[in-house]
Amino acid sequence: MKGMRKLKKAGMILSMVVGMIIAACMSPAAGPEVVESDEAAAPAMQEVQSTLSIVQERGKLVCIGNAQLPGFGFLDSEGNFSGFDVDYCRAIAAAIFGDANALEVRPATAKERFTILSSGEGDVIIRNTTWTMSRDTDLGMNFGPTTFYDGQGLMVRKESGVATLQDLQGASVCVVTGTTTELNLADQFAAAGVDYEAVVFEDFDQSFTAYDEGRCDAVTTDKSSLVSRQTTLTVPADHVIINVTLSKEPLGPAVRHGDDQWFDIVNWVVYATMLAEEHGISSQNVDSFMDSNDPNIRKLLGLEGDFCAKIGLSNAGCFVDVIKQLGNYAEIYDRNLGPDTVFDLPRGLNSLYTDGGILYAPPIR
Amino acid sequence: MTTAAGTPSDRSVLPVTERYTVLGWLRRNLFSDLFNSLLTIVAIGFVIFIARLLLRWAFVNAEWGVIPANFNLIMRGQYPSAEAWRLWLIIHLLGAVVGMMWRLISGQFSGAARVLVAIPFVLMLIPFFAMETRLNLLITAAASGVGYLFAGSLYIQRRGRATAYLLLVYLVVMLILLRGAGADEGLMPPVQPILWGGLLLSLLLAFFGITLSFPLGVLLALGRQSKLPAIRVISVVYIEFIRGVPLISLLFMGQVMLQLFLPDGFPLVDRVLRALVAITLFSAAYTAENVRGGLQSISRGQYEAAQALGLSTFQSTIHIILPQALRAVIPVLVGQFISLFKDTTLVALVGIFDLLGIARTIIANPDWLGTQPEVFAFIAVLFWIFSYSMSYASRRIEQRLGVGER
Repeated sequence: MKGMRKLKKAGMILSMVVGMIIAACMSPAAGPEVVESDEAAAPAMQEVQSTLSIVQERGKLVCIGNAQLPGFGFLDSEGNFSGFDVDYCRAIAAAIFGDANALEVRPATAKERFTILSSGEGDVIIRNTTWTMSRDTDLGMNFGPTTFYDGQGLMVRKESGVATLQDLQGASVCVVTGTTTELNLADQFAAAGVDYEAVVFEDFDQSFTAYDEGRCDAVTTDKSSLVSRQTTLTVPADHVIINVTLSKEPLGPAVRHGDDQWFDIVNWVVYATMLAEEHGISSQNVDSFMDSNDPNIRKLLGLEGDFCAKIGLSNAGCFVDVIKQLGNYAEIYDRNLGPDTVFDLPRGLNSLYTDGGILYAPPIR
Repeated sequence: MTTAAGTPSDRSVLPVTERYTVLGWLRRNLFSDLFNSLLTIVAIGFVIFIARLLLRWAFVNAEWGVIPANFNLIMRGQYPSAEAWRLWLIIHLLGAVVGMMWRLISGQFSGAARVLVAIPFVLMLIPFFAMETRLNLLITAAASGVGYLFAGSLYIQRRGRATAYLLLVYLVVMLILLRGAGADEGLMPPVQPILWGGLLLSLLLAFFGITLSFPLGVLLALGRQSKLPAIRVISVVYIEFIRGVPLISLLFMGQVMLQLFLPDGFPLVDRVLRALVAITLFSAAYTAENVRGGLQSISRGQYEAAQALGLSTFQSTIHIILPQALRAVIPVLVGQFISLFKDTTLVALVGIFDLLGIARTIIANPDWLGTQPEVFAFIAVLFWIFSYSMSYASRRIEQRLGVGER
């Protein structure tokens, strides 16, 4: 009998794993299987201790990240994690410990990231994760402020001079069939009244190879993915991602349901980088603001109000540490994706609301 | 038809001078008739076409700068640079151990030892190596010499056993050096296994995967042949369960789900260790089946003769059955170990930076965009070198043991 039960248990575990793998291999449509394994696991993870105290006891933040996305997460030649998402991991570590290096990045694939977070092996996911309703609800995630507004984009050859959708009149576009990408493409071009010819492929590799060989005038997928795929083209510099967005992909940090203090910390660290840019505070000039009279700046820099204590951090200058070590949003963006990098990705939506973007951080008061 | 039948007699009448000339060989083997000549010409054309493309890529288009720039990353992953001296010490000690073994078991080992001792000198020829690297390689070579002389000055009777102890001690020292001990500010601060990476990690995973799964596999194979039903059933269930599951699912389970099943507050098991356990458990089942093949090839007479001599089951297994059974399956086992070595790359899928994982993160570095072909070609060559060495070594061992002959 006992053996039978063991076998049954083994069978159960097996089916869960197989489900996960199938889910990992399939499109987002396979999501519910992952959800099931998460649901089954959830009761065992009754958390008594707060995430913050676990992190402080451990002495470092464990950030679930990506190690294979150019510009967002990778190892540099010295073996240090680097990239836009990694910088936000470092920002949270800087706020908590005053040291951006009190951090372990736990690389994860797209599908395992949520399971790793729910199992408590990581504290926060910052891994080009799109904020969607099902993830927010079914998967038990809380999404922090969007750090990068991604969206489906279009890549064209520089020499074509294409800058808008209208310029693509009659063009052929390489796209992967059976995806939301294909549907978005049809919708957006129809809405813009532009005729085009879709050249469909089974997977990204074929689609990009075809584009590289000149079989289509443009290729489409998520912008951050286009950025990384651009590198696989024969002459990456001959191509440009135009400033047009066909779908919504808000990427940001995610934490487990049920720990509001931790959620607040992640939220306000991200907001602090945006507020710093808004007030013109950067890693270079932050010290010169220490005698500022502007109450907004004084609160951000911990000179009045003791706002860091409100998110459970004893270090009154928690945001100062973030700004000093990582810089404001613009610095983080430019360092990883900006004009001085090979990507030269226009900020577009990721500009402050004052510059025509949609980054709008609530005030600290 | 006529040529096929005619060839042997043709050869026998050829004069000695023509039988062994290059032209004669070419005519006989490549241009024996019109069809073969055509086939040869087409094949040569094809080979030249492919080789030209490859060579043009390798010497004109490829940006090999990515390899020297990331060489440390490829070799040791995130292992801290400040602690790299420990890895060199491990290599120097290995050099010394090879030197000592050369002296201790000279008869069976001298060929391999010559090759091993030559490796540091060959590596010194690699153009982009820093002076420091070359110096370290020189020290390794010197350590071999010292080991050789030192072993010669000892008086040891049971040399085989001494070698076994030597290797065991080396393994322990190696692990201590790798892992470190004591305080963070001490002489040898601990380096978490998750920071071991690149070639270092691939080799460690393969080596420990092989050495740990082998005894387990032999035990399982014996268990499967056992007359005791409980042991037999457990062995069969284990083997068939593991063989029915892909390695990647075991790795996923270890990485993602293990923590869910452990009690709350249970300390985190190191992720590299989890991967190693998964690889070992997986490989053991296959080793067991391979060894079982060897066990079944032993004739009943051997068992009966051992019994007649008054040997216990344990004694006959250890001294009579296993040596013959294992000898018979060396080629299969080595094949399995080579595939295990290559299978370790699956850990890249669960976020561990083995050789493949490191390669995939290097090509994501904005400084080295678009260098996939160079990086992957390089690690393919690394894999080939190690896999081929294993297969070559196994062939030599087979020759020495006379596998296939009775």
